[in-house]
Amino acid sequence: MTSNALVYLIALPLFGAAVLMLAGRRADRRGHILATVLSGGSFLLGLYEFSQMLSRSSENRAVTQKLFSWISVGSFKVDAGLMLDQLSISFVLLITGVGTLIHIYSIAYMSHDLDRRRFFAYLNLFVAAMLLLVLGDSYLNLYVGWEGVGLASYLLIGFWNQKPTYATAAKKAFVANRVGDLGLSLAIMVAFATLGTVSFSGVKENAGQASTAALTAIGILLLVAATGKSAQLPLQAWLGDAMAGPTPVSALIHAATMVTAGVYLITRSNFIFDAAPIAQLAVAIIGAITLLFGAIIGAAKDDIKKALAASTTSQIGYMVLGAGLGPAGYAFAIMHLLAHGFFKAGLFLGAGSVMHGMNNEVNMRRYGGLRKFMPITFATFGAGYLSILGVPPFAGFYSKDRIIEAAFNAGGVRGVLLGSAALLGAAITAFYMTRVVVMTFAGKARWEEEVHPHESPALMWLPMVLIAFGSTFSGFLFTRGDALRNWLAPVVEPVAAREQELLSPALVSILALLLVVVGAGLAVMKYLRQDVPVVAPEDVSIFTRVARRDLLQDDFNEAVFMRPGQHLTYALVDIDEVIIDGAVRGVGRMATGSAGALRTTQTGFVRSYAMWILLGAIGLIAAIWMVTL
Amino acid sequence: MLTFTAPTLSYFLLSPILVVLGGALLGVFAEAVLSRESRPSAQLTITLSTLVLALVQVWRIRDESSLSAAMGSVAIDGPAVLLQASVLILAIFSVFLIADQGSFTAMAAAIPGSPEEKESLQRGEKLTEVYPLTLFAVAGMLLFPVATDLLTLFVALEVLSLPLYLMAGLSRRRRLLSQEAALKYFLLGAFSSAFFLFGAAFLYGYSGGLTLSSIYDAVIGGTANSVFLLIGISFLSVGLLFKVGAVPFHAWTPDVYQGAPTPVTAFMAAATKVAAFGAMLRIFYTAFANAYWDWRPFLTVIAIITMAFGSLVAIAQRDIKRMLAYSSIAHAGFLITGVLALNKAGLDATIFYLFAYGIATVGTFGIVTLVRDSSGEVTDLNRWAGLGKRSPFIATAFATFLLAFAGIPLTSGFIGKFTIFSAAYEGGNKGVVVVGVLSSAIAAYFYIRVIVLMFFTDPEEDGTVVVIPSVLTRITIIATFAITIFLGVFPTPLLNFITSMATFIR
Repeated sequence: MTSNALVYLIALPLFGAAVLMLAGRRADRRGHILATVLSGGSFLLGLYEFSQMLSRSSENRAVTQKLFSWISVGSFKVDAGLMLDQLSISFVLLITGVGTLIHIYSIAYMSHDLDRRRFFAYLNLFVAAMLLLVLGDSYLNLYVGWEGVGLASYLLIGFWNQKPTYATAAKKAFVANRVGDLGLSLAIMVAFATLGTVSFSGVKENAGQASTAALTAIGILLLVAATGKSAQLPLQAWLGDAMAGPTPVSALIHAATMVTAGVYLITRSNFIFDAAPIAQLAVAIIGAITLLFGAIIGAAKDDIKKALAASTTSQIGYMVLGAGLGPAGYAFAIMHLLAHGFFKAGLFLGAGSVMHGMNNEVNMRRYGGLRKFMPITFATFGAGYLSILGVPPFAGFYSKDRIIEAAFNAGGVRGVLLGSAALLGAAITAFYMTRVVVMTFAGKARWEEEVHPHESPALMWLPMVLIAFGSTFSGFLFTRGDALRNWLAPVVEPVAAREQELLSPALVSILALLLVVVGAGLAVMKYLRQDVPVVAPEDVSIFTRVARRDLLQDDFNEAVFMRPGQHLTYALVDIDEVIIDGAVRGVGRMATGSAGALRTTQTGFVRSYAMWILLGAIGLIAAIWMVTL
Repeated sequence: MLTFTAPTLSYFLLSPILVVLGGALLGVFAEAVLSRESRPSAQLTITLSTLVLALVQVWRIRDESSLSAAMGSVAIDGPAVLLQASVLILAIFSVFLIADQGSFTAMAAAIPGSPEEKESLQRGEKLTEVYPLTLFAVAGMLLFPVATDLLTLFVALEVLSLPLYLMAGLSRRRRLLSQEAALKYFLLGAFSSAFFLFGAAFLYGYSGGLTLSSIYDAVIGGTANSVFLLIGISFLSVGLLFKVGAVPFHAWTPDVYQGAPTPVTAFMAAATKVAAFGAMLRIFYTAFANAYWDWRPFLTVIAIITMAFGSLVAIAQRDIKRMLAYSSIAHAGFLITGVLALNKAGLDATIFYLFAYGIATVGTFGIVTLVRDSSGEVTDLNRWAGLGKRSPFIATAFATFLLAFAGIPLTSGFIGKFTIFSAAYEGGNKGVVVVGVLSSAIAAYFYIRVIVLMFFTDPEEDGTVVVIPSVLTRITIIATFAITIFLGVFPTPLLNFITSMATFIR
């Protein structure tokens, strides 16, 4: 199937970004409306494509569109083409749907910002780039979108770049992403060198002929790319600082969509990972470690946005774990991704709403008892909370438990370890999320005198309510008759019949729920039964202190990469100055010296010039004579 | 009784040359009958329409291939068309610069500093003789690379040289310097022409004929006295190498480049090089092709010392025009490597290089005419400091031309150097290529030094200004700039065209 309409999915928001950026101040008054309408238009188009897709049989659902021949060098040929299949459309609807709601929310949230137009331009740019990322039909096209979202993310993290720390945060995100991007570009090069093509269909076709070593290399490099974009170990450190951006950005880019691009990449490349078991295992291990890592950090954060950011790292860890489990897990990874898109966006928008009512205070120790003042925010936040905990029937229950279950059933010691990690993660998640909710909405009021908490305007709470519906019901819908799994089946191989079951689904659910109750109970004991001090206590265990320092991730980066890197550059500068510059200067001095000597031949007298000519002529004859002798 | 046979001429094939000569005569006539006020515009119109018409004629003969255009004295073939077209295009741009009359004296015949000079300046007279002179020179340049017998070659050489001697002495400022340059150029030119003629005589003695093909046949026959051939080749080479400014026959170049009015320098540097190298290619690729064991060694040495000397001495220059003169000497060396290659690739590369270099040269000197103070052009390099801040576009264009001279990628110069060096490498002259690349590296130093001076040094308030260029000068700068970039990014169309065209007929 081909279609000519796919390009408009991207073109609409891209047009908005261009208009808003080029029109300048003239677009200040109406620009945000245009941006929102265009994003909404893209969503409607996505819905239309979705309905068209539903009317076709499952094999014929993918549509493609060739835009133009992009690169054609010798045997290397890349067409800029788009492909919309079942996996892409899931993302398209998430990106444009949640994206549009966040556009609406931002109209109110950013209403006092002088640069609102620029903000919306970047948001539209992001939506366009993200759509290109999921619609590209080759790794190279994906790469363009991949870099595009990186750019938009960088611009939006540093949106308030008048604050140096925010600009630094943007730079940090940029650098960490660059490492990941290098992985992606290397993966593309290796794929081309070994498979001779970079299109998804071509790579899938040729993957069978490639050696396992090559596929493992590609897989590992793709994993590096995914860790950068999706804030997984060891490139996770940037996400917490990325919260410097405006809260809607955190909701859209750094929770719901962009950071899940790594999961998309791994799922999209399932044919590579399925043929490279080592790379696949690495994916699962990275996911398992990261989900614990993020959860532990989340439990120590007093900044509501940073706690949620750590939670995002952790939740994406679940998705990566799911994707690393192979055919058994892809569909659940995507399901969790979509569910997470709803509940985490809802949580962030809720956090934004709280901040909106609290003079941009982010320290949860300065909150408390807000449920009376912000009932709608509390309710929607609560829906997200129950969903992330995995309480039935909220969305997270369906997706997260399936991942835990699939991990246990991965077989052998590996299954037990991965499953236990996921299960433990669920308990810690319950602890830190309960901590967030209790510290924010329950207990005594701890805010300062001049703060007057109030509910946010309808333009903000309406999107929150809609997203809360998603957090509540989407999981139920996805699992009716295995709807999502069957839907995705042509893209990711459907799971083979399970040989043995270590733990039955019911048992996993019960275990998970028990642990959730334990985690939540601990948090309630600690933060509701006792008073929360306004200043974080210092006499805490070493464990807490390390967790507060983000498990030393920055210290690690500083000691292992930054300092040696600095010393290396200093050393290189010295070598450059002494040896290379010295040599160049030496040659320069020699050249200048000889130039000075040679220029004396230019006396200005015709007689000496004529003598040169004569000598030259004699020299010519002498030379020619000598060679012919 | 002596019978007279009328020569048969193919007027169609000769039309580019004839059109230019006709235009020159018309210019002389106009000089005689038109009033002083109407002359500048009339002469400009005559000159430009002549050149454009000649270019059209060149286009019309592009598919011709004939040795009998003028009784075996002129060959019209692919290279001829390419070289003639190059000369004409460069001449048109140069005339655009010449039309900006600020560089020329009002009355060339007046003694510098004399009352007559003052008077003519006060009357605001404009010098218009330069236009017919330019056309005569162009006619010689069109004939030089297509001439196939030694006498026609000599006549063409003189037709192109004599007007240039005069034009070099027409500068408005520093007239003594200009006139000294003209005299030096004339004396040395006469000296080297004598060598050329002497060489032609020896070659006649060797082969018994004056045409290039008769020399070619005699070399193949191998029975004639080879001493005559060797002396002939040497002396003919002296004349040619003098015109292209190769070491040790280069000494006139810096003095003349500096003394001549800058538009004339542009014309001389760009168009003369095309004509002289065109003739050199034809002579060495046809007449002497099979004697290459004799001439290759000395030409190799000349190429090496020319490249090295030009690049090195340019470093020590403080005057922009002298620096460009030494740069042109170095480029002559690069071009000789193309002649040395003695293969099809070398021919193609040399023609491409000539065109690309000529374009960049005209643009460069066009910009030199713009940087002035109250007493005329500022050629002291130190006073170009901070030009990038004063006039970003002009400085950017100038930097681009310099980068092209240095052979930096994305400019025409890179493609030119790359093709010419790879041709020489294929032709087996690896040593020359090594020296060439090293010289390019040295040369990059002084080009980039100027760029640093323009962009990274603060301007001093010393009255140096970039004047607003006239429309024609502006067109020249923009067009040459665009061509330089275009040939650097998309060289393939022109290279393919040259490859399909450039084959000498014997």
